[in-house]
Amino acid sequence: MTAFVIRRIFQAALVLLATAVIVFIGVYAIGDPLEILLPGDATMAEREAVAQSLGLDKPLPVQFFTFLGNAVQGDFGRSFVYNRPAVDVILERLPATLELAFTALMISLILGIPLGLWAGTKPQSGVDETIMTGSILGFSMPNFWQGMMLIMVFSVALGWLPSTGRGETGTVLGMRTSFATWDGVAHLILPATNLALGQLALVIRLTRTGVQETMPLDFVKFARARGLSETRILLVHVMKNILIPIVTVIGVEFGSLIAFAVVTETIFAWPGVGKLIIDSIGALDRPIVVAYILVIVAMFIVINLIVDVLYSLLDPRVRARAA
Amino acid sequence: MIALAPQGLLARSIRGVVASPKAALALAICLLLVLAAIFAPILAPQNPYDLMQIDLFDGKLPPLSRGYNGQLYLLGTDTQGRDMLSAMLYGLRTSLAVGVTAGVLALAVGTSLGLLAAYAGGRVDATIMRFVDLMLGFPTILVALMILVVFGQGTGKVILALVFVQWAYFARAVRATAMVEAAKDYVEAARCLGLSSPRILFGHLLPNCLPPLIVIGTIQVANAIAAEATLSFLGIGLPITEPSLGLLIANGYQVLLAGTYWMSVYPGLLLLVLVFAINIVGDRLRIVLNPRLSQ
Repeated sequence: MTAFVIRRIFQAALVLLATAVIVFIGVYAIGDPLEILLPGDATMAEREAVAQSLGLDKPLPVQFFTFLGNAVQGDFGRSFVYNRPAVDVILERLPATLELAFTALMISLILGIPLGLWAGTKPQSGVDETIMTGSILGFSMPNFWQGMMLIMVFSVALGWLPSTGRGETGTVLGMRTSFATWDGVAHLILPATNLALGQLALVIRLTRTGVQETMPLDFVKFARARGLSETRILLVHVMKNILIPIVTVIGVEFGSLIAFAVVTETIFAWPGVGKLIIDSIGALDRPIVVAYILVIVAMFIVINLIVDVLYSLLDPRVRARAA
Repeated sequence: MIALAPQGLLARSIRGVVASPKAALALAICLLLVLAAIFAPILAPQNPYDLMQIDLFDGKLPPLSRGYNGQLYLLGTDTQGRDMLSAMLYGLRTSLAVGVTAGVLALAVGTSLGLLAAYAGGRVDATIMRFVDLMLGFPTILVALMILVVFGQGTGKVILALVFVQWAYFARAVRATAMVEAAKDYVEAARCLGLSSPRILFGHLLPNCLPPLIVIGTIQVANAIAAEATLSFLGIGLPITEPSLGLLIANGYQVLLAGTYWMSVYPGLLLLVLVFAINIVGDRLRIVLNPRLSQ
């Protein structure tokens, strides 16, 4: 087990290093770092000062290790737009994105699991057909357009919900969150729904497949023979068995929710890291872009690592295969 | 089991799709849209990017209105007086071209690497599959974003980014199928005949790996179209000179809050119908071509 975890940590570090190399090549070797790292109106004196402080006169490998050394210490340079360390700007905005992603995840689970169970227990029926076609529609619908339609219906036409910004946040247990005020919750509903719908399709499919694979198993027949109600068999016995794959996939998918928040945050002007990165690409604020990519990739790798380790704890077969 | 000839496979795929009314309808819609895209210059009421043909006076007209010169705008006009229907037909052309190109290139790259992994085995297999796992572990949009940031923007770069995020799906599927096929007698026989590795790979193994490739290829084209639209909407995809459906929707977004709905709703609906129809066909193909389900 320990060997498995150590090997996975080693691989994770390798992936992060590879990402750093790619980003380094993109920003420092292909482009002119001065062009990228300095605002357009920099004077010659400023250019020389920065070139010297970055050690741009040194050979590329030396430069790479300087970049890596700074990155490890969380130093990605200062943002031109905010004139503050890039990492600070990102970490400050991360909670808003995490809140959005978490809410979306909850919505997709609360709606998706029951729908998947329903479709799974009635295979090839009208209900199953409708839910499955609906889920294809769900993942076919471009996320950004779906968000715009939500705004059009619920903000513009009906005027029920606000469409931009995060709204009032309150402090609960030392965390600033939208859940503390009604205004905050109202601002959260549309963006969270937008982000959740794509995920919902996945949860429905996973649950349905799980139910269909579990229903013919012996322990279900045995439970029926004991005279348990169908509801109890489904919600207790079958549920327990299908939760493991759902939990694993959801763990990984939480990372992709954070990535897809780029789209949602852009549409709903949600002040998280996703909107920040798009704004920064537009404003050529490269230190923020570099910091975002490395921070998000690091987060992703950590999530994947945790899920892998958890999975091997839950299911010894995985451990055996990996060893 | 007798290996299916590719011709038989194509016939079986089409028969299977047509057998389901839902999938048949979706296939018809796909073909119709492809034809509309190919013949866009003939079908479109105006060339939306010929400045001589558009009139600023006709800007922001709602659907079914008549323009300054009395011409009918079936789906309204955009802020610059461009006929929406024409812009959408041209946008469809761009979206389909980018999506299909990316899908086909990803198929070529992924299939070659997947076959190689299955045939070579050992260290080559392990290395390729490690990359596949790595790619599949990251969300499409994050990888595409990274590539576009590193390499800069443009049509070629968008296609590169899409191929980069999609090849792994093909590689994984081909490898899994090819592993099963490689153990069969006909491959052994081909080896005994002293045929070259490329010939065995592409001439003997590949035809038998086609069913999963057709399914994934269909779905990945839909994904590529949707991903390109998303990137273009975010302003990091195609350049303004090549307006895809995603870019049209992005333009419509600017005026959506003012209640001007047709500039984003119609291109969005067209994009949705296109992606949805391809996915329905793909889903049906998955059922038809899956040997486990058809037995």
